[in-house]
Order: sequence, then C-alpha cells, then structure tokens
Amino acid sequence: MLEAFLASTIAMATPILLAALGELIVERSGVLNIGIEGAMLVGAFFGLTAAYFSGSIAMGLLAACAAAVALNAILALLVVNFAVNQVVAGTAIDILALGLTGVFYRRFFGLTGSAFTITPMRMIAIGPLARIPLIGPALFDQSALVYLAIALVPIIAFVISQTRYGLELRAAGERPEAADALGLGVYRIRWQALLIAGVLSGLAGAFLTMSYTNTFIEGISAGRGYVALSVVIVGRWNAWGVAAASLLFGAAMALQFALQAAGTAIPYQFFLALPYVMTIAALAFMGGQADAPSALGEPYLRS
Amino acid sequence: MTTARKVSSRFAAVFAPLTGARIMAAIRPLAAIAIAALIISIVLIALGASPLAVFADLWQGAFGNWLAATDTLVKTTPLIFTGLAIAIAFQGALWNIGADGQLIVGAMAAGAIGPALGGWPHPIAILTMLALGAIGGALWGGLAGWLRARREVNEVICTIMLNFVAAQMLSWAVHGPLMERSRSFPQSTMIAPNAQLAFYFQPSRLNCGMIVAVLLAVACNLMLFHSAVGFELRALGRNRRASAFFGLPIRRLTVGVMALSGALAGIGGAVQVSAITHRLFETMSPGWGYEAIAVALVARLNPLAIVPAALLFGALDNGSQAMQRAHGVSPELVYIIQGMVIIVLVAFDAVASSGLRDAFFGAGDNVTAAPDVMAEAGDA
Repeated sequence: MLEAFLASTIAMATPILLAALGELIVERSGVLNIGIEGAMLVGAFFGLTAAYFSGSIAMGLLAACAAAVALNAILALLVVNFAVNQVVAGTAIDILALGLTGVFYRRFFGLTGSAFTITPMRMIAIGPLARIPLIGPALFDQSALVYLAIALVPIIAFVISQTRYGLELRAAGERPEAADALGLGVYRIRWQALLIAGVLSGLAGAFLTMSYTNTFIEGISAGRGYVALSVVIVGRWNAWGVAAASLLFGAAMALQFALQAAGTAIPYQFFLALPYVMTIAALAFMGGQADAPSALGEPYLRS
Repeated sequence: MTTARKVSSRFAAVFAPLTGARIMAAIRPLAAIAIAALIISIVLIALGASPLAVFADLWQGAFGNWLAATDTLVKTTPLIFTGLAIAIAFQGALWNIGADGQLIVGAMAAGAIGPALGGWPHPIAILTMLALGAIGGALWGGLAGWLRARREVNEVICTIMLNFVAAQMLSWAVHGPLMERSRSFPQSTMIAPNAQLAFYFQPSRLNCGMIVAVLLAVACNLMLFHSAVGFELRALGRNRRASAFFGLPIRRLTVGVMALSGALAGIGGAVQVSAITHRLFETMSPGWGYEAIAVALVARLNPLAIVPAALLFGALDNGSQAMQRAHGVSPELVYIIQGMVIIVLVAFDAVASSGLRDAFFGAGDNVTAAPDVMAEAGDA
C-alpha cells in the first residue's frame, strides 16, 4: 500500500518536476511562461503520435520536444521580441495548443476508432536497488524520464548558481537593462531559456502519454503545467525547492488514488479537486513574491 | 471621493488620449482576424479540407437562416458576460483567467435556488436568480482578489486553479446534493417555470438574456469611463505603484475589481440556467471564460465593443457545429482560431507601436495604442 503510494507519488511528481525545472530557468530569465500548459499538451500528443506511427519511443520523445519547442518559439517571439503581455500571450498559446491537439487527434484517431495506444517506455530497474523495500520501486524501478528529472535537479541548481550561464540568466531576470548594457543580450538569454523550457515541457508531456499511460485523451495535461508554475513559486525559484515542491504536489495527486482505492464515503470529486485546492493553499501560505526575480513578468524592450 | 477627483485630474493630465492611434487600434483587430483566417486556411488545407467551403459553411451555420441566426445570438450572450468580466479585470491589470469558474459558480447558485422559486412573481424570481448568480461569481472572483491583495497569490494561477475546483464542485453537486429527485441522470432538479426566461419566438431560443447582457455592457462602460471608481480602476491598471503612491486603496480595489469581474461572469451563468438549460449539468461552460479573453482583446477591453466582438465569436461557435457536420473538421478548430486571433492581434499591436524592425531588434518605447495594461504585466 505505502510502497504503491510512494511509486505513484514519484510518477505524479515527474511531469510536474520536468516542466517546473524548465519554468524555473525561464522565470530566472525574467519571463512568466503561462504557455507551459500548452507546451506540455502538444508534447503529450505529438510525442505519442510520432511514437505510434514510427513505432519508436525515441522518435516520439524527439517529436514531443520539437512540438513544444516550436510552440515556445512562437511565445518567445511574442514576449521577447514584441514585448507583449506575457499572461495574454501565454494564455493564447494554451488555447492554441488545446485546438491543435484536439483537431489533429480527431483527424488521426477520431474517425477510425482504432486504438491510439503504444507500448509505453519500459521501466529500468537499477539492479538490486529496485528490491529495497518501500522506496525501491519508487526510486529505482522507473522509466528513463524519471531518472532524467531527478538528475536534472542538481545539474540545474549548479548551472544557475555556479556557472557563467547562470549568472547571465539571473542578470536578465533581475536587471535586464544592466544585463543589456553589459552586452549580455537579454533577448538571446530569454530565447535560450524558453527553448530549453520547451524541451523540458515536451518531455513532461511525453511522460504523460508514453510512460505514465500509453494513450492520449483531450486535455490530458489537466492543469499540470499550471501546477508547475505554482511549484516554482512555492520552491522559491530554486531547483532544490522546486524538487521538494514537486514531490509535495505529486504526493497530493497520489493521495487522490490511494484514498479512492481505500473506499471512503467522501465523493471522488473532492479528491480530483484536492491538488488544485492544495496549490492555492500552498501559494497562500508559502507563495510570497519576495524571492521572485525582480523583472519577472515585465516586458522588456531594448532601447 | 474628493481625493479620488483630485487624483483623477492629475492622472488625466498625464494620460491624454491619442485619437489617431485609437482609430488604428480599432482597425487592427479586423486585420488580425483576417490574418488569423489566412493561417487557419493553411491548417485546413493540411487537414485536407477546402478553406473556402469551410468558411462558407461556417457562415451558413451562423447566419444561414432565421433559426441559425437567432442561435448565434443565444451563443453570443454568455460571451458578452464573460467578455465584460475579462475586460473589467484586465483594465485593472488583474489577470482574471477564471471567468469560466466564476460563471460555473454563478450558475450553481442560481440553479440551486431555482427550483424553490415556484410561488414567486416572475420578475422577482428572475431577479433573484440573477442576484444569486452575481453573488456566486463575486465570491469566486473576490476570493482570488483577496488572495492577491492579502497573500500576494498570483491571480493568474489562482483563478485557473479555481476553474478546476469549480468544475469539480459542479460535478459533485449534480451527482449529490442538487441531483434531480428521480436520480436517473447527473443533473439538478429543473428550476421553477417562473424563474425561467421565456423564449419569445419559438422554436427559436431567443430570450431576454441578450438584453440583460447589453444593458450590463452599457453600465460597465459608464462605470469604467464616467465614474470615479472606474477611473481608479484604470489607474490601477496603468500603474499599480503610482496608484498606491497617489493614495488609492489598492487592496480594496483589487478585491472589488475581481469580485465585480466574477459577478459579471456569474450573472452569465445564471442567465444560461434561467434561459437555456433550466437545470445544472456536469458541463455548464464549453470554455466561455477562456474564449472571453479573445473577445475582450478584440474589443480592446472596451465594454461597448464587447457586444460586437462577442457576436463574432458566438457566430464562430455556432457556425463551427455546421462545419463539423459537413467537413469532419472537429469543433476544436475554434480554439485554434481563438488562439491565433489573440496571437496575431498582440503581435500587430507591438509592431504598430514600435515598427517592424524595432519590434524584432528592439528600440524605442512600446507605447501601445490599446489600453496600457496590455503592455504592462501584472507587477507584484
């Protein structure tokens, strides 16, 4: 029971963590990426579609990243070059993604009625570690994307705090005018950040359709991108904090299944709403903007 | 009020309206729609459908005959309410993405009281429905406003989360406490006949809801552009920090604007229950709260312009159903259209304000002809 709950927690936390790590980089560069939900959604759909038609998981992952990167490129053009309102542009991206995935889903799979499923990514057990009671299955018998997400936490923490790239990123997010005056190229930094985030949200989406499940339903991301946005805030714009917050939200989502399985009298809608209520509660109690990058969300035009 | 007046004259001196730019700002939405249509044509060709035939059927489905045209008006009505909700909030630079949830909670409040209004006089019953819708929506929107004002909770994320919560609450309500007595379907008990807005030209579903919506648009316009509160709201939208400096009650305004925005969406939900559905179902909104963002932006956040903008998208929604029957293009195409219209429109505004070369490579200041809130993200 507990073992299954832990494994489920990790599975639920992984797509949120992948997306949130990308969002962390983007926000550190000064951009608030509301389009993250849309990027996950196209990653989920086009990843599965490519895997379905090519029969190759690798092709699927590649397509997931490509689709999400393409979507983020549109967003980058809008919010970086055109300096349009980031909330409005991001919301438009989300709506667009909902439409694109819906239309192509019906086109490819709606009419035939043939099952839109693939053989999901296989679980990679790490030798005897996978047999450790309680935490073994959760941490050491997972798909490659889970290991990738876990490995990225220290890497991104290091890159942001210790490298020149991280310094440039933070400069763009804190004082874009100063960064530009130093010749750092705020536009380039923010473009790079959004493209990296595209790759990560694409993988987050791919996890949903190619690892956690093996099929697509419309709107499968179900607000996980928005949860990832909250995770970055609750995690205080820090990779370790983001990892901890992702686990917390993963646990809340896993709890929903555990409690439902336990067969309580509480209506199931309560459990479905729980992660969203928890997000609001977490933001209310731990969500101050004090640690946010100073220029976060503010359009910046080079002058 | 006197301080507000003083503040208002100071602000007015700083922000003089640009008339020529305003005309251009009104033309750009139409150009944006044309470009969006062009891009969608490419998508349609990719899908193997003929764009001309699809657009012709869209038109037929929206205005082809009396019944289609009146149904377009019926589908326009909720978009006016949610469009107004978005316009009011965005004018105050409060990014309410939660009109969907606010509409649902408003509908729930009205749908819950509706069956109990049996003995009431018709106008009172209707007003009670609308009032409860407004209260429900105001609570849902005001909650997000309060969290923003008091707990620094980003209202974008908060309102989106509240949309999901509202959808689950509705699902629970129609499966549980509000479920019809026969308990055969997940739907609530039908509201009393005297709480229903009548159809005047049956079989058309034309009703008074549209009139309520247009009256509210006029009221919002008066409030926004001809009252002290409206002025404070727009000042808040242009510069939150400066408004605080000038002594405006930022927190109270934040809660108030969000509650008002929610109330408008909530009335939309109540009208939908009173006029069209007559009871609650698991899905009360096909995404009107999100579509409203496109409506509000095309209308330049101007309450009066919301009415024609909503008509445009209402026609699109109605026509797309005919399009689906004839071409097998799924109705999700309207989401692509909505997204494209917003994207092209905001890009147009950026280019128009700073020139194409500058927009790409950066130079000059980004003075949008549209309300300044468009250029100014929700600064904390």
